[in-house]
Amino acid sequence: MEYSPPPFFKTGPTPLARLLIFSALSLAFLVADVRLNYLDSLRQVAAVIVYPLQRIAAAPASIARRIGDFFTTHGSLRADNARLKLENFENGALLLQLKALQAENEQLRALLAARERLKLELAAAEVLYAARDPFSRKVVIDRGSMQGVRPGQPVVDDRGLVGQVTRAYPWLAEVTLVTDKGQFVPVQNVRNGLRTVLSGTGSDGALELRFIPLTADFQDGDELVTSGIDGVYPPGLPVARVTSVERSVGQIFARITCAPLGGVARHVHVLVVSGSRELPPRPVDRKKQLRGKKPRKS
Amino acid sequence: MADTRIETQEILLPVRAGFIALTLIGALMLNLLPWAGAWLWVKPDFVALVVLYWCIEQPRKVGFISAWMMGLLMDIADGTLLGQHALAYSILAYAGIVLHRRVRMFSGTPQMVHVLVLLLMNDLIVLAIRLVAGADFPGLQYFLGSFVAAALWLPLGALLKLPLRPRVDPDLF
Repeated sequence: MEYSPPPFFKTGPTPLARLLIFSALSLAFLVADVRLNYLDSLRQVAAVIVYPLQRIAAAPASIARRIGDFFTTHGSLRADNARLKLENFENGALLLQLKALQAENEQLRALLAARERLKLELAAAEVLYAARDPFSRKVVIDRGSMQGVRPGQPVVDDRGLVGQVTRAYPWLAEVTLVTDKGQFVPVQNVRNGLRTVLSGTGSDGALELRFIPLTADFQDGDELVTSGIDGVYPPGLPVARVTSVERSVGQIFARITCAPLGGVARHVHVLVVSGSRELPPRPVDRKKQLRGKKPRKS
Repeated sequence: MADTRIETQEILLPVRAGFIALTLIGALMLNLLPWAGAWLWVKPDFVALVVLYWCIEQPRKVGFISAWMMGLLMDIADGTLLGQHALAYSILAYAGIVLHRRVRMFSGTPQMVHVLVLLLMNDLIVLAIRLVAGADFPGLQYFLGSFVAAALWLPLGALLKLPLRPRVDPDLF
């Protein structure tokens, strides 16, 4: 103690000691976040603090877009209007047909005593910005848990599936795009009904089907829709189109790449799909039942 | 080497804590702008740059606590792993505080090279955390932002010194 400097030169712990303290704290946070998911409540609180900054930072782009909208020319508006009227006319005719088919379908399902199909509820949301993380494919939308957005809800646009809500903050939500490396969608081939799982690759505009046997019937141009067996995505949403199928004899699996149908990279508006299906109860966990007993070979 | 000479130090006004907080929030706002596509690759990490600047210029006022908090805010705003930027910025703050006398001895390009190395180290830490957590290497363009940030180092220094110049010319009397 007698060699310590006089009190007015004291600066607290040395930088190295502080570095160790803060590094340990950060590592503890990382582990708690990645492995244990303990920090969601902290995230929620801090997200509220950052929210005004995020809105202000996103404001210039949306203002610029609105100004651009304001100065669209008379001619382009007229052309748009004419095109939309025609589309509306055609869609109206299709809708009439759809209604008749829906009624017929319901009747048939009632005859077969099958459960009713889920009616989708869509809520429009604006994409504020793409997350600035080069390691993942995410966007942030302007609806959050206050507007009823829940983690797990699918997000679509007018062409197909865009992604899935993975985190909901009070006024914002984070959507992981289908192209994210860790994102998987159970799909079905429209042409022949083959079911499989589509996974993102981490690069924009590329998805792949993994572990497909060489003999499986997939061709270029096949359309993939959600199969709905996961209970998360409603069945029948268009997801992707197969762009190339490579079968080499040296490999066990075919190499199938697909392109997403939804506007995954260019996003202004998206729709959040809500409406949950009544799922049958989960099958009883065999392992728990057998715990304590001698495991049998099946 | 004409570049490495020691410049005559100009006497600036003392920095207020409020001004530092304002610049940090401004940097956070710049980071939160809706960058997309190719811009995302050339986007410098403004928060890292400003944290490093204050750690070198004012190591007694800006240090680990502010760096760590800014890191956490970045993690939450980007939806990344909680703690990756916090860890990287803490180490950046350490390097800035330990090296501040050395870096301030240099001027111009050599100072910029020091900053570039520190920012690349910052990138490498984030990269290492993400690779451990299971991400893919996004390609060499990932480091591009740090080069842009290093190029912005001198303009940033000039900009942040502007409000600190004394109003009255000391040579007047």
